[in-house]
Amino acid sequence: MSNPFEHMPVEEVVAEQEELLPSGGDAVAGDSFWRNMVRVFSQNKLAIASLLFLIFIILFCFLGPFFYHTNQTNGQEALMNSTNNAAPGAGHPLGTDDNGFDILGRLMFGGKISLIVGFASAIVATVIGVIYGALSGFFGGWLDSALMRLVDIGLSIPLLFLLIALVTIYRPTAPLLIIVIAAVSWLVPARLIRAETLSLRTREYVQAVKVMGGTRKRIIGRHIIPNSVGTIVVFATFNVADSILTLAALGFLGLGVPAPQTDWGTMLSNGVNYAANGYWWEIYPVGLCIVLVVVALNYIGDALRDALEVRLQRR
Amino acid sequence: MIGYIIRRLIQAFFVILGVTLVVFILSQLIPGGEARAALGPKATQLQIDHFNHLNGFDQPLWVQYWHYLLGLFKGNLGYSYRNNQGVTSLIAQRLPKTMVLVGASTLLSLIIAIPVGMRQAVRRNSLFDYTVTGVGFFLYAMPAFLVGELLILYFSFDLGWFPSQPPSTASAWAVFTQPQDFVLPVITLAALTIAGFSRYMRSSVLDTLAEDYIRTAKAKGAGPRRVLYGHALRNALLPLLTLIGLTLPAIVGGALITEDVFNYPGMGLLTVQAAQNDDIPLVLGTTLVATVATVLGSLLADLLYAAADPRIRLGGD
Repeated sequence: MSNPFEHMPVEEVVAEQEELLPSGGDAVAGDSFWRNMVRVFSQNKLAIASLLFLIFIILFCFLGPFFYHTNQTNGQEALMNSTNNAAPGAGHPLGTDDNGFDILGRLMFGGKISLIVGFASAIVATVIGVIYGALSGFFGGWLDSALMRLVDIGLSIPLLFLLIALVTIYRPTAPLLIIVIAAVSWLVPARLIRAETLSLRTREYVQAVKVMGGTRKRIIGRHIIPNSVGTIVVFATFNVADSILTLAALGFLGLGVPAPQTDWGTMLSNGVNYAANGYWWEIYPVGLCIVLVVVALNYIGDALRDALEVRLQRR
Repeated sequence: MIGYIIRRLIQAFFVILGVTLVVFILSQLIPGGEARAALGPKATQLQIDHFNHLNGFDQPLWVQYWHYLLGLFKGNLGYSYRNNQGVTSLIAQRLPKTMVLVGASTLLSLIIAIPVGMRQAVRRNSLFDYTVTGVGFFLYAMPAFLVGELLILYFSFDLGWFPSQPPSTASAWAVFTQPQDFVLPVITLAALTIAGFSRYMRSSVLDTLAEDYIRTAKAKGAGPRRVLYGHALRNALLPLLTLIGLTLPAIVGGALITEDVFNYPGMGLLTVQAAQNDDIPLVLGTTLVATVATVLGSLLADLLYAAADPRIRLGGD
């Protein structure tokens, strides 16, 4: 096929092409991608419900304490002002726990930590994984082999054991837990982004940037990573859910955030000590919070995957 | 086939070597070093220097790593100063119990997941399919400890069918003599994988049903039963082997939680108790053993796959 612009000077080619463009500007492609995504996503009722629920829980945990004042840090005061293990009733809609802390307020107080650690460690893990995977896939060769063997080794260690080792060596605080959970969960995104990079780097537009003398940094930063954004976003969503579960597991094992702070896993761990006494309000509300948030995040991730793949189908 | 096995063995060897390096690096991160762990916070600098010299901890790191590797070859995983006992002997008592738990729950998970996933594939987009998918989502979101605690609440406290924890003195053989003690822990751990396995089985059967040889079998007049069980099932089962190998780290991690919930005296409980006692050498020892067991398990799954699939057995790759 002969190129009609082949023998023209560059300026003329540009002018010619501009005439051919439809009126309406050059943002069309980018715009329709996101609009398309939002459209497909919003058709999924389960995903919308999940998103609304997640927003509700975030508002509940972060703004709730401003409207529903409870003491969650002073243990002495809590024991003085209320009975411990009190059933739901006037004054304490969801009862109190073994220290006399109000459970509804504690759901907000602990939820804040669970959500912050969940989201933050997923973001840190995704950033590390994306950079690592993109570098590995882009450079290929022995560097790729070496980097991927490291990922293999990491993935063959049962995560919980590694986490417990790290948490035992460094006493856990909330920021440290973010780093530790991220340190064990960047491996899968690294592998996914590497696979994505391997296929992207052979595409014409990447070859074109190379031919035009674009630096490697530019190719990775401006072309490969932005084009993997679908994979990144979908995986990050699932990663938040996994991180919340991981923190809950650590909390359950007594390795969560130290007192007077708490998280949902630590709360549940406290509650199940009284399972035989029938204090259901110390188990079900917090258990439900964990399960529903994780289910919601999974539905959102699923819907995002569908929404972002539409673009692939229609191309 | 032999080329494949050798390559796979070499790969497993290097992964295990890498894991020993990771564990060694972690052991170097202990605040104050092993001397502080062994001698306590009141030890003087002189005592610490003496301890480090005696144990060779003042030598270059690569020499220490080499000694660590040599020790591993002799079965020396380090020393638990809290328990005053070698890590190896502590783990040796517990490992069989964890293996029983992991094996039994994986078996149970497969027994449930294979028929469920097959039925989902055959009745795609039916009410059954949607229900199982929905339940699977919830199972996936349920933390293992919550599943375990709920099972204890209903089946142990309310109904009194099963004990809430197995007797801690019983050996791993108790799974045959007192199976009722193992029911709840095994179900808890199986719940972790059933959703994933049945989902995988569903798509695997769907893929297989689209193959040419299925059409051929149908054209030759084989009944639906024969097509499904004689042709589709056997081929769809193969990739499941690889999935089990890949899921093994998660199952072993889940076993840790399950053991904590049920006070089941396996390696996971040992690890959790060690972590709560700041017994870092023991935590690192169990981490290493759990990982090596996982790597060997995945290796076994891959070798079985190679033995079962002629494309790998004869194809060379």
